[in-house]
Amino acid sequence: MSAAVAPPSPATTIRPTLAELLRAFAIVSVSGFGGALPWARRKIVEQKRWMTAEEFNEAFALSQFLPGPNVVNFSVVFGSRFGGAPGAAVALAGLMGPPLVIVTILAVLYERFGDLEMLSRILVGITAAATGLLIAVVAKMAAPLFRKRWNWAPLVAIAAFIGVAIMEWPLPLVFVTLAPISVVLAWVKR
Amino acid sequence: MNSNPLLALFGYFALLSLFAVGGANAAIPEMHRIAVEVMQWMNDRQFADSFAIAQVSPGPNIIIVTLIGYHVAGLPGAAVATAAMCGPSCVVAFLVARTWDRFKEARWRIAIQAGLVPVSLGLIAASAFVLTRAADHTIYAALITALTALVGFGTRINPLWIFAISGLLGLTGWL
Repeated sequence: MSAAVAPPSPATTIRPTLAELLRAFAIVSVSGFGGALPWARRKIVEQKRWMTAEEFNEAFALSQFLPGPNVVNFSVVFGSRFGGAPGAAVALAGLMGPPLVIVTILAVLYERFGDLEMLSRILVGITAAATGLLIAVVAKMAAPLFRKRWNWAPLVAIAAFIGVAIMEWPLPLVFVTLAPISVVLAWVKR
Repeated sequence: MNSNPLLALFGYFALLSLFAVGGANAAIPEMHRIAVEVMQWMNDRQFADSFAIAQVSPGPNIIIVTLIGYHVAGLPGAAVATAAMCGPSCVVAFLVARTWDRFKEARWRIAIQAGLVPVSLGLIAASAFVLTRAADHTIYAALITALTALVGFGTRINPLWIFAISGLLGLTGWL
């Protein structure tokens, strides 16, 4: 039976060249409807074996907690690991290049046809759905935080929500106020 | 008011880049505040449309800033807004990536990571709120939002299908 055991994720990984980095991130960028993460994982861990699954999770956790777009951060973290500054630049260029071309074309079309009744109706439908998906993301993120008996995390989340959504205070202000409090609470209540 | 729109785009988005913990989804309320309320570059509908276009475009959702930039100042606006939104956070990511592994087990690192999760949760919830207010003007649109939230929470269906169906529903004019 030992031969039938699923292959473990490879212990040794392969080092990509700059050209390979560019190509891989360009492909990931245009595959990434509804989040590029699953595609990035498939490409980097399963197909190319540039990282083990564990290394991928580590790098992605770091990218999520850094400010700015997660996938963009990931491209920089990943690229710099393999090729320093040039690697980071190349991975970033691959990730942003094709989507930028596509969205610029869409921007031109929208400026010309955005007033069409038909188009705006379609977009209203899509926005309503996309907002619903965002609420689903919130619910998924909130579930583990709210499940514990008493803890500080829901209070911080609610304060951030009220500050930004209801009071409409500037995000940097809310962040600079709440983040240190939240980090200290995380330190103390652990 | 800042008379040069490129400078304003750069200043606002470069600052936002450093505080958008939770990515594009967390940055929506601040973008809305700047683009619709403070600078009055666009109205609610145009902002919601930009969000929708960014959602259905391939690639990172942060690309909504490219659309806002284009609306404000054409191609230079698109380039400046995108560079401003990605530049500062990329520099931070690059610098942190080099030192992070060394502090993997450090208690302060774990506290920072745990402390930022609820902040970004609150910001993403605020995004959903702001978008609902900007876009769902009919009971049917609100119903679509509620249904999609349930489907998104309970299943792992590809969002592209949901967008296609809701786009078609929108086309009928009920929303």
